[in-house]
Formats: sequence, structure tokens, C-alpha cells
Amino acid sequence: MKKVFFFLGVIGLMTFQVSTSNVLGRSEAYKENIYNPGQLKPTDSHLKVKVGDSAPDFTLPAVSGGQVSLSQYRGNKHVVLSFVPAAWTPVCSDQWPGYNIAKDFFEKNNATLLGITVDNIPTLYAWTRQMGKLWFPVLSDFWPHGAVAKKYGILRSDGVTERAIFVIDRDGIIRYIDVHDINKRPRLENLVEELKKLNR
Amino acid sequence: MRKLSRHIYFSFTLITLSFFLLSASAIAASAPPVEGARLPDVHLKVPDNPDDQRYLGLTGKVSFQIPQVRARVVIIEIFSMYCPYCQREAPKINELYQDIENNEALRGKIKLIGIGAGNSAFEVAVFRDKYKVPFPLLPDEDFSLHKCFGETRTPYFIAIRIHDDGSHKVIYSKLGGIGEAKQFLKQMSKLSGLEAGGSK
Repeated sequence: MKKVFFFLGVIGLMTFQVSTSNVLGRSEAYKENIYNPGQLKPTDSHLKVKVGDSAPDFTLPAVSGGQVSLSQYRGNKHVVLSFVPAAWTPVCSDQWPGYNIAKDFFEKNNATLLGITVDNIPTLYAWTRQMGKLWFPVLSDFWPHGAVAKKYGILRSDGVTERAIFVIDRDGIIRYIDVHDINKRPRLENLVEELKKLNR
Repeated sequence: MRKLSRHIYFSFTLITLSFFLLSASAIAASAPPVEGARLPDVHLKVPDNPDDQRYLGLTGKVSFQIPQVRARVVIIEIFSMYCPYCQREAPKINELYQDIENNEALRGKIKLIGIGAGNSAFEVAVFRDKYKVPFPLLPDEDFSLHKCFGETRTPYFIAIRIHDDGSHKVIYSKLGGIGEAKQFLKQMSKLSGLEAGGSK
């Protein structure tokens, strides 16, 4: 009987390997330059903020030059923070280019977007250039390493961040949090739905 | 003892068999359609939009297979709303569509469809609206079609020639953009024999 379980286990494992082959992050824009980290633990951190909290402020350097602070939007615009785990990886490479053609949804709802990773500026520069011209700032949480991600509680044990979205209203209050399965891309419609809620 | 060896023999056969079965399915999923071969048997949902239904000649149907499209040649673009290369390519594919529609000899004979790998209906609609895509774009939210077509990177183009008896063969299957639209259309006409007034 034990043997039967063992063999079923082996077969199950092989099926798993086949079904989890990586199908994301396949834009030919990046040619062969995307590193495939394989299947990762869906989440690997503990949130330190919750919906209704005041969003911790931060100031980070932007790829386009200068510094961007969360507080500079206070009283003016809602802000979406999109943390992605790492440059040059499959899912991340195909997330922001989608937001890049969804600018209208942000504008219609008086919101802006800040893209953040823990990569350094030169890496982010080379990587985001493959995406075309992005309309939103891309910020580097590289040094002190992942300090902002840590404040929000989304720094994973290996030093990259979760794939996380925070929607912060113009008063600086967190209205939505999605710490997503790192292996999957969040649906755009869910974010758009949350943006609409801000102005109801 | 004999019983034990029978067990081992049986289990070994089972493992070998399942390994071959699984690798076969893995190979089938990891290779895009080959020129000269048939498309994999995939059933797609007929788009809700009546214009799309008319264009494809599928009015009144619920699901279809690509060779059932009313055309001599169907060009399939596997794309993603999140793929920057596909975004850059979009105006060119629109131009290809217009060139076909403006050509009396080819209008109605060459049809285009897009399959949004991993894209929900909402995400496909964002791409359609942004680039004013005039031909049907079908969502493939769970990557099931993308898997059947060999998990290609995007954009990927496949063209099939449909014969009078309903049979078909793949005449083009390549990764990357189409290059210059007029040149690509010439190539399609040549490969399908439409230009030379070949078998209809």
C-alpha cells in the first residue's frame, strides 16, 4: 500500500512540474534577457499596515531623476503604489507595460501611479527602457535596502518585495491592499474597480 | 518474493508509462504549430460582439475552431495587453487589416484574430480601445489557448490556409513582429496561393 502512495506521489509531482511551467512574462521586447526564477512561495512577509491606516510617508529617487515623496500628492491626487519584486523577471516585466496603456483609468479617477522595486537606478533604467516611455515615475527602494517595503511589511526574506498594490487616497489613508501571489499578475479590472470606489 | 517482484515490475511499468504520457503532453504544450502541420484542436468562444461574429462568419454559434472561420486564410496573433512589443506592433497590424479590406481580391478571404494570452476580457478590451483594433480579439484569461499554441513569447503570428473541404494547414508560424505590413501581406498571398489564383 505504501508503494502505491509513493508511486502516486511521484506521478503527482511530475504532473505538477508540467502544469507549473512558466507561461508569463513572455514579451519578445526583452528578447532572451528575462531571468526565470521558477515557481516561488506565493507570499513571504507580514504586512505592517492595514486598510484605514495612514500610509507611511517616504522619499525615493526616481529613474527619471530627482526624488519623489508620497506626501507631495497629499490633498491633490490618489496614489497607487505598485511594488514589483525584481527587474528582468517574467511577471514583473509584463505588469507595468499594461499600466502604461491604462493611463486613462488613473486620470479619470484623479489618481497617479508610482512603480517601486528594490533594484538600483541603473538596473531600473535599462529594464524600463524596454517597456517604452512610461507615463508614471519608477522609484528605487534600493538603499537602505528595501526600507520602504519594510515599512509597509512587504519585504520578503530573500530581499525582494512582494508583488503588492496599495491604493492611498488623497488624504493619505490606505484604502486597498493587494499582496498578490508573486507568481501571478493582478487583474487590471480589480485595480480599476478600486480606483472608481475612491470617487464614489 | 515473486509477489514483490511482480509489484516492482508493475510499478516500474506504471512510472515509465506515465512519464512518457506526461512528457508527450509537455512536448505538445511547449512547441508552437509547425508550418505544414495542422493547428491543435482548440475550441474558442465566439466573441459577443455581432460585428466580430459577422466578420468571422460565426453568427449563431457559441464556440468554434479556427478553421471554421469563413476565410481562405486566417492570421492569428498571439499577443498580450501587457506586452510592450505587441503594443508597438498594434498600429502595424491595424494597417495590415486595412490593406486586406481595401484589396478587392483579398477582402473576405484573409481574416485576422488576436488571442490575448493571459488577458481577461477587460484587459483585451483595454488593448482594443487603446489601439482601435478593428478585428476580433479574444481573451485567454487562464492561458489555456496559449498553452495549446506552445506557450510562445509574444507577439507570435500563425497563419493557416483553409481548403474547400474544410481541411487546413499552417502556412506561417513565427515569433516577433510582421515587419512592413504590405510586404507581409504579399508574403501571405504568396504562401496561401491566393495571389496566383491558386486552389480556392
